[in-house]
Amino acid sequence: MSALTIRNLTKTYANGVEALKGIDLEVKQGDFFALLGPNGAGKSTTIGVMSSLVNKTGGEVSIFGHSLDAERSLAKKKIGVVPQEFNFNQFEKVFDIVVTQAGFYGIPAPLARERAEKYLRQLGLWEKRDVQSRTLSGGMKRRLMIARALVHEPDLLILDEPTAGVDIELRRSMWDFLTRINQEGKTIILTTHYLEEAESLCRNIAIIDHGTIVENTSMRALLEKLQVETFILDLARPVESAPVLDGFEVWLKDSQTLEVAVPKTQSLNTLFVALADQQFEVMSMRNKANRLEELFVRLVEKNLAGETSA
Amino acid sequence: MSPREQWVAFLTIVTKEIRRFTRIWPQTLLPPAITMTLYFVIFGNLIGSRVGEMGGFDYMQYIVPGLIMMSVIQNSYGNVVSSFFSTKFQHSIEEMLVSPMPSWIILGGFVVGGMVRGMLVGVIVSMLSLFFTHLSMQHVFVTVVVVLLTAALFSIGGFINALLAKKFDDISIVPTFVLTPLTYLGGVFYSIDMLPEFWRTVSLANPIVYMVNAFRYGVLGVSDVNVYASLATIAGFVAVFFVIALWMLQRGTGIRH
Repeated sequence: MSALTIRNLTKTYANGVEALKGIDLEVKQGDFFALLGPNGAGKSTTIGVMSSLVNKTGGEVSIFGHSLDAERSLAKKKIGVVPQEFNFNQFEKVFDIVVTQAGFYGIPAPLARERAEKYLRQLGLWEKRDVQSRTLSGGMKRRLMIARALVHEPDLLILDEPTAGVDIELRRSMWDFLTRINQEGKTIILTTHYLEEAESLCRNIAIIDHGTIVENTSMRALLEKLQVETFILDLARPVESAPVLDGFEVWLKDSQTLEVAVPKTQSLNTLFVALADQQFEVMSMRNKANRLEELFVRLVEKNLAGETSA
Repeated sequence: MSPREQWVAFLTIVTKEIRRFTRIWPQTLLPPAITMTLYFVIFGNLIGSRVGEMGGFDYMQYIVPGLIMMSVIQNSYGNVVSSFFSTKFQHSIEEMLVSPMPSWIILGGFVVGGMVRGMLVGVIVSMLSLFFTHLSMQHVFVTVVVVLLTAALFSIGGFINALLAKKFDDISIVPTFVLTPLTYLGGVFYSIDMLPEFWRTVSLANPIVYMVNAFRYGVLGVSDVNVYASLATIAGFVAVFFVIALWMLQRGTGIRH
């Protein structure tokens, strides 16, 4: 079953900006889906339409088969939204914010309090339940918005850059939390500027640029499109020049670091054998850039070039 | 949403609103109490004793219903306009917009919140007035209905103002340049029968004249205008303003792009 179906969605703002130019999108139930795109591409507008914060100009949006036009209430019950900006009352207490949100969904107070406790505990905010939300750190505020979005137990959770400005430790604990609730059956749609986040969490991906979907596929299929991967190799001993290796391009970055472009047709084993033959001992290696990042940049540049030539 | 869920959602907004204005009571409940006490002292005791009788009552007794109504009007309007605009300004309105709550519940919740504050201030001012004069309610039904309708009307007015407001300045324009003059010229401090014929006729175009007089009829049993026609007119305004506010909210005026 589809958790989200978007057909020919268009949005033109009052100032004439065409933010969405007829996008189609389908997200399966249980998926962990990445919606990526550069700033101003249309991601937040798409999420705004899904969550009823932006009026669409045309097209259809359905959540678990319920049309946002015809069965608005049923569709909205299925969605939880974590927006990009902090949008809670800064003067209210953490616990009250979550309980009040449950009330907006018609959840009676005793159950609302029970759920608020459950999610505040899961997100490590229970100790802060009685403090005014404005006193929380940035990371805590993000977690509060996740707790608030989950309190009515939606089947589809939409996260618009949930880890922006969050330190790496907290980011990783949020990844673990999101992975766990996805494994428990929640469908998740994520937008992020951290592409390693999308690569490690999401199974399917759509890339939006200038209001159109330029790629919509599985993460695996997308990564397979990468023809060349660049690695950084740290050597055990200093060398004077880069080795010449058949089938690989190699640059000496500094006396103990090599940069190697590995084509998709070559294996890493071949590379290491060739290096060992020339007495190069490799201590560690890493990708020069995130693989998804390389693809993302290429796709967006290609789209930009297409628009410019058109 | 089922009717039970809608009721929970409605109560959630009302409770949130009441919690808000009671938490900041020095800004919401105390100022009208002080202002109205000053009115009682200055206009009622000091100046009123020289004015003599009006409408068959001493001046203090005559102005008390108008002053109570003035505080109901200002506070019901002020509560909704400031609360809803703050919600809009902080983007916490989005919490409600993403939920399955129908628009009429959002509107109803804010309006009832405003009515509760308006009436609570009305009760406080009425109790304070008892330190200065004697009041006995002549027509309880009329008194209650006119207060409810007036509080509802100005709460809805505050909601529409908040929807249209783009900055904090915009929420003080109507209270300063429309509500205050209409209230002062609405027969709070005088009987419109005292006015020359032309100005009396002009005064009849001021809706607050009908509210103040209907309330004065409820409390003192005297009025410059037909009370039941006044109630019907106010009820009509409530219905029309509610429909306009609901249409604007559903359309997303001032809150959705």
